Amino acid sequence: MPSTDQRLNVHINAPAERVPSGADASASRKIMDLEDVSVYYGNYEAVRGATIPIRQNQITAMIGPSGCGKSTILRSMNRMNDLIPGARVAGTVTYHGQDIYARDVDPIQVRRNIGMVFQKPNPFPKSIYDNVAYGLRINKVKGNLDDMVEEALTDAALWDEVKNKLKTSGMSLSGGQQQRLCIARTVAVKPDVILMDEPCSALDPIATSKIEDLMYELAKTYTIVIVTHNMQQAARVSNYTAFFTAEVDSNQVRHGRLVEFNATSRLFTNPDDKRTEDYITGRFG
Amino acid sequence: MTSLAEPAAPREAVAPELGRRALSGRRRVTDLVATVLIWIAVVIAVIPIALVMYYVIVKGGRVISWEFLTARIPRQLANPGGGIGPAIVGTVLMTGVASLLSIPLGVLGAIYLNEYGKQGTLARTIRLMADVMTGVPSIVMGLFIYAAVVLSTEQSGLAGALALACLMLPVIIRSSEEMFKLVPDELRQASLALGARKWRTILTVVLPAAISGIASGALLAIARAAGETASIVLVVGLTQRVNWHLSGSNTALPVQIYRNATEPFQAATDRAWGAALTLVVIVMITTLIGRLIASRFATKERE
Repeated sequence: MPSTDQRLNVHINAPAERVPSGADASASRKIMDLEDVSVYYGNYEAVRGATIPIRQNQITAMIGPSGCGKSTILRSMNRMNDLIPGARVAGTVTYHGQDIYARDVDPIQVRRNIGMVFQKPNPFPKSIYDNVAYGLRINKVKGNLDDMVEEALTDAALWDEVKNKLKTSGMSLSGGQQQRLCIARTVAVKPDVILMDEPCSALDPIATSKIEDLMYELAKTYTIVIVTHNMQQAARVSNYTAFFTAEVDSNQVRHGRLVEFNATSRLFTNPDDKRTEDYITGRFG
Repeated sequence: MTSLAEPAAPREAVAPELGRRALSGRRRVTDLVATVLIWIAVVIAVIPIALVMYYVIVKGGRVISWEFLTARIPRQLANPGGGIGPAIVGTVLMTGVASLLSIPLGVLGAIYLNEYGKQGTLARTIRLMADVMTGVPSIVMGLFIYAAVVLSTEQSGLAGALALACLMLPVIIRSSEEMFKLVPDELRQASLALGARKWRTILTVVLPAAISGIASGALLAIARAAGETASIVLVVGLTQRVNWHLSGSNTALPVQIYRNATEPFQAATDRAWGAALTLVVIVMITTLIGRLIASRFATKERE
């Protein structure tokens, strides 16, 4: 096995250069705030007490082993958990200071501002154009639809590949293109925050690197939260990283727990928590 | 790490036998037997269908003429001449009205079951009822309409359409629900994550993705209704004249097939074959139109 230090250095170099110039990461303001968030499915507590600040125009990564609740936490951030029967959120999730679980908050408005890209590319079985225009149409966005579709596809680095076949089905694209189409569909409605749930796990390394480059571009305009299984990916693209783990309690029930939230450069080089260090160095049990 | 064992000697570079001869005799025989059995099964399955089509086209084709399709039904079936015009009108009218009643209702019911009711008590009860209704013999449904509608009014095309709608409804509900189930949840989530409301998601994503399957189910139900005989006689009665109205007695093609085929006269037998061909053609045309409409709304998987 190669020395861990050496291996880490390779990954750390990239994000260090990539922190947006002039933007002192710590100075960037909090756009979302998760405070002591626990998510329950029925009586089962899937994640316990996660506190994570999400800073504007930064990429925040959530890493951890399978079943540690990182996707659950992500889905609690735009109320996609509402769709799962029995799911319940305790603690507070605030967006621009407003509790998104407050009684008078409409989940539709929350999702309109906090978009989501899913693990499996899921374009609608419609044309490429209609896929991107979908969100614009349902939200009755004013303006020239053609221009907005082009802009979104350009932002998602897909325009050049599809500009001559906008009428063909989105399903006819390759996996990586489909995922960029899904990103285009999400950015078309100009959300504030984009949540990405393992967006590259179904893609090959080339498509993955395209999406990663894209994320970095998108972070200039949007705030991105990404869940990933891939530690290198978190190290490469993110400014902040939250490390989750799965703990087994005395009743042999697994709960997800946030172990550490830190600047990515620190979490991957000099983590505060021993468990984080064990995980990122591959000593995780 | 130093390896202690000598590396295994490389395998002889002999090209492996890839031809069929390489298979054991047993596997070759099994393969052959399976292939032959499957072909026999296909032929056996196709023979009755082909024979039915052959006889209907040959025997019916001799009879079909404009006169036959439009003329009144003769009072005495034994006499040559006359046609089946009123039966065509009755079939198209009653099946059409039954479709207009049952397809929208059935699809909406399926939407409720799959998108709203899910595994709730009400949805499960409805699902069970629909299953039971699918299995109810059509004459029982006819009897129900007879008791509920005909006794208090008259034998009419409307009663016939209602009976057919009752027959079609459970089939459409269950087949549509199966189609909605096949729509991946990821599509619903993608739509909701873009800020679409549930009804909007159903209307613009779920329904278009399921529509071609729904159309297939609806067309099967229509075909079933168009072939309905006994309950039509019961609730619609009989007529020799064209009746474009939903009130008053009417008749339908299967009824005429039955009446004519049970007469021992050549003219009646011919008429029965002609009516059979007409019915087959009407169902075929309906299927084609249904497929066309569905493909207009359907979202394409690949192009």
